[in-house]
Amino acid sequence: MKTFNYHVAKDSKEASKLSSSNSAFLAGGMTSIPSLKLGLATYKDIIDIKHIKKLSGIKVSNKTVTIGATTKHAEVASSKEVQKAIPSLAKLAGGIGDAQVRNRGTVGGSIANNDPSACYPSACMALNAIIHTNERKIEASKFFKGMFETALKKGELIESVEFQIPEKSNYQKHPNPASRYAIVGVYLAKHKKEVNVAITGAKASVYVDKDISKALSNNFSISAINNMKINSSEMNSDIHASGEYRGSLVLTYTKKAIEAC
Amino acid sequence: MQKINLEVNGKKISKEVPDHTILSNFLRDHLNLTGTHVGCDTSQCGACVIHVDGKSIKSCSTLAVDVNNSKITTIEGLAKNGEMHPMQEAFKKMHGLQCGFCTPGMVMSAVDLLKNKKNPTDQEIRKWLEGNICRCTGYQNIVAAVKEAASKL
Repeated sequence: MKTFNYHVAKDSKEASKLSSSNSAFLAGGMTSIPSLKLGLATYKDIIDIKHIKKLSGIKVSNKTVTIGATTKHAEVASSKEVQKAIPSLAKLAGGIGDAQVRNRGTVGGSIANNDPSACYPSACMALNAIIHTNERKIEASKFFKGMFETALKKGELIESVEFQIPEKSNYQKHPNPASRYAIVGVYLAKHKKEVNVAITGAKASVYVDKDISKALSNNFSISAINNMKINSSEMNSDIHASGEYRGSLVLTYTKKAIEAC
Repeated sequence: MQKINLEVNGKKISKEVPDHTILSNFLRDHLNLTGTHVGCDTSQCGACVIHVDGKSIKSCSTLAVDVNNSKITTIEGLAKNGEMHPMQEAFKKMHGLQCGFCTPGMVMSAVDLLKNKKNPTDQEIRKWLEGNICRCTGYQNIVAAVKEAASKL
């Protein structure tokens, strides 16, 4: 592994000040450390943000659940407050990676990385999340830009993610049996005025399936999407699943999510 | 280089390490604690699982500098006064190992599980051990060992 300088930031301001065009923030490190080891990424400076107290914790109000960027998956999964307000979000967090990954990995890290098969981006999209950074607020729909790409600028630090509490919701994942990443993951959220069906794992980046969401907004039942055709031409195809198979999983897992709601 | 202060298996340790030192390598190469194994080295197999401040983590995907001021327990720290930890006893009794390569990680994960859940079901044990891969015994006897330990702890 290439060498780097490790820094511990006291607050967001210091973290931002330490950052450069050749630096990365370190939270749980569940993706960044393996990437560094594999030589997929190299940095001059690594800025540890775990000691910034303000970035960790869970706040639940009547309408939203706000999770600090460095809050670990295990904390979200076991939070009684999250389990009550948005049970599907706690379930999603409890299904990421494995127990040890959940003891280190964080929500901020997951969405900043925007892995095409990560679970959290789908929750952000379905739950109309607002991503709070040290500079601004970004709507989830404008945050995820493409494969491993987000709207974050260099030195911009995610501080928290604010999820809108839906009327009903469910997350269904077809996991890769080794990594537990989603081959396809479907996050279904029924809000007062609309239904959002966000899909991860299927394409280069998370997206909301507009046709399925519209059909379910009009009629929240399996029959509304039974005969729907899924266009799989832009879907990922690899040794685990072909694009066509992923397309089929999107519909199957959406139905499972409706049933579980 | 960074100076780190740790408590490893109850012993206070202070060492200078290069910033990019991986925790599993630090334990094995700097402290000679070779019970922590490195299998896949990509955080999939779980052979490197240790406890940091009481929680199980994968030491191959953590920086040594990142656990500064923490309390660490490795497989070497489980036995007390020459007596094996009940989880180690149970793995021996129930034949929960064959080649033994994955065993330190399995044991450390399983000890953490029983801290969170006193009497886990087979399914809960299997789910918890998802991040620990064994390539020889299959998992039947490992699950049996964890259940045996749960009945003793």
